[in-house]
Amino acid sequence: MAITQQTLAPLAAIAVTKLYGQRAALRDVSFEVPAGELVAVIGPNGAGKTTLLSILAGIQAPTQGSVVAPAGLGWVPQQPAIYSKLTVAENLRLFARLERVDDPEAAVAAMLVQTDLEDRADDQVSTLSGGNRQRVNIAIGLLAEPSALLLDEPSSSLDPRQRERLWEFIGELGHGGTTVLYSTHNVAEAERYADRVLVLADGELLFAGSPRELQAGTDADLDFESAFVAFLHERGH
Amino acid sequence: MRWLLLKDLRILGRSPLLVMLLVIYPVAIALLIGSALSRGPEKPKVAFLNLVPPSENTFDLGSEKIDVSKYSKMFFTAVEPIRVQTRAQALEKVRSGEALAALIIPADITDKLASGLEQPTLEVFYNVEDPIKASFVESTLNAQVAKANDALSDVVTKTAVSYLDLLLKGGQLNLLGQELNVMGLQKAKESMEKADKVLAPGSPQHKELKKAIDYAALAIANLGLSDDVLRTIASPLRVKQTVLKGSRTPLDAFAVAVAVTMSLMFVALLLAAGVLALEREENTFSRLVRGLVSRLGLLLEKIGLAAVCAFGVALIMLCGTGLFISLDFSRVGLWVVALAAGAVGFGAMGVAIGAITREVRTASLMAFLLSLPIAFLALVPSGAVSSGLYDLIGVICAVFPFKSTLQAIDVALNGGDPGMVTPLLHLAALAVGFTAIARLALRRFE
Repeated sequence: MAITQQTLAPLAAIAVTKLYGQRAALRDVSFEVPAGELVAVIGPNGAGKTTLLSILAGIQAPTQGSVVAPAGLGWVPQQPAIYSKLTVAENLRLFARLERVDDPEAAVAAMLVQTDLEDRADDQVSTLSGGNRQRVNIAIGLLAEPSALLLDEPSSSLDPRQRERLWEFIGELGHGGTTVLYSTHNVAEAERYADRVLVLADGELLFAGSPRELQAGTDADLDFESAFVAFLHERGH
Repeated sequence: MRWLLLKDLRILGRSPLLVMLLVIYPVAIALLIGSALSRGPEKPKVAFLNLVPPSENTFDLGSEKIDVSKYSKMFFTAVEPIRVQTRAQALEKVRSGEALAALIIPADITDKLASGLEQPTLEVFYNVEDPIKASFVESTLNAQVAKANDALSDVVTKTAVSYLDLLLKGGQLNLLGQELNVMGLQKAKESMEKADKVLAPGSPQHKELKKAIDYAALAIANLGLSDDVLRTIASPLRVKQTVLKGSRTPLDAFAVAVAVTMSLMFVALLLAAGVLALEREENTFSRLVRGLVSRLGLLLEKIGLAAVCAFGVALIMLCGTGLFISLDFSRVGLWVVALAAGAVGFGAMGVAIGAITREVRTASLMAFLLSLPIAFLALVPSGAVSSGLYDLIGVICAVFPFKSTLQAIDVALNGGDPGMVTPLLHLAALAVGFTAIARLALRRFE
């Protein structure tokens, strides 16, 4: 499917290429994510997942091509991007003000409830566990109530219980009409929570479709993870 | 940008060690400089042995009685004496470290001085533990020996001049307790001229007397100049000093300017480099620059934060130093301008360092490594190195804000040439340049 600037999707990449010197991190990547859809970007290490999300988030410019992203696109980086010397509430309040949220205090209170961090609101971030830091990190990305949200490896530092809660929370966002694109190493999470998956390898987009379609595309009767590995092998990765 | 500034101040407030250093450092420096400059250097302890018996401390030089002990006391204006009785005690004091040096006045000093033919020799002993100590002892004692020599030379010259005056004009001379009437050349010439008038013009006595009168006239004319000649010999050189470039800033005021500039540099450089690097270390840089604040805005906020903190610290330090050293507080407006310009210059240099490095520790290390040599190079005086090397040092100093800040602060504190306009313009240009470098570095390392 040819994707053009006239797409109606809230989030899209149009023939995006990113070069670092001679090395291509992304090559001619095109896709679109309709409103309310949950899309997972999966692929081996160095596939270009973080680069793709950075370009969509507006942190990096593509060498060629362009992206479509809504104003106020939410972004949750892989490493928690928060100030460890500030408290949870101070971090949220600062970014709410920088995001020019209408009622910063209300937004902070809502996020504390949503991330179940009310009792840690006045604790410095440096005293939080990795999982709780990630929750603050995600909360900051949601402060402005974005219509689309990018999450880079959001569950990587969470324990299983926290992961479950995170995906439950992200699922609710999707049901509420928020477009969500996330990258993950955990293909099981992609199978379980994503409407569609984008498979990236060596900067190339190899597949865009539902997990079931990916699974069906392999020869043997494999589970999703095995099917994903087989798919990569078949394409020389 | 206001929220970012408040956030940085809050983070600073939660780093008590850093804030303590920022406050204590300049206050401690101010107190150290102030007390050091206002008290003057400590007198070194010197073991002192005078081998001259008390009864032989004086000798006669013409009509003058010279007391050697009076001149030996001149040493005590610069050293603190530890009086000892024997040579062995003097040497032991030095060996044990109780005294920095030992000074021994020989027993024959009065005889040799009285003879006017031999120079007495003073003995000095000291340990050379390091070159600084050796140089300090040598220069202190040499300076005092030179003073004593000058004082003795004055007395000898005065005595010689009085003898010459007696020879010229005549008068009373006390020799071995007997009063002698010296006629003097002028009166001798007058007597000879009177005698010559009664002689016949062609007589042989007239010719001989005429020769004696001519000699007396010549001697009178030359002895009349002898006072000046003797004084010239006593002090052969006079120095007239004229400042061609720069101002005659007192050393203590210049030391204050250097100390304040150093503090301004450390605080602004370390803060600016650190807070910018912190944004990247905490991964917040990417989050901020994706529409929340521009990269240039972020740099200006960091420069502003570092400049305000460094300015405050330097101003406190100046005021603290003013408690010990006389500073002209009516020039406080110029202090503010110079400190602000320097703080912005160093702040801009700091963000360039913070942009090039990614971690706070690397940024701090780089700021330290850069600041020490640029301060050192800015203090190298012309003539201390070859002209080519000095030109190279000049170029290096021109690309960093230390020298211009020092000039601006020196002018603000002490006045004089060159005015503040040139260093301020230079600092403004450097601030723009370093900010541009920081902006490019952010793009390069993204």
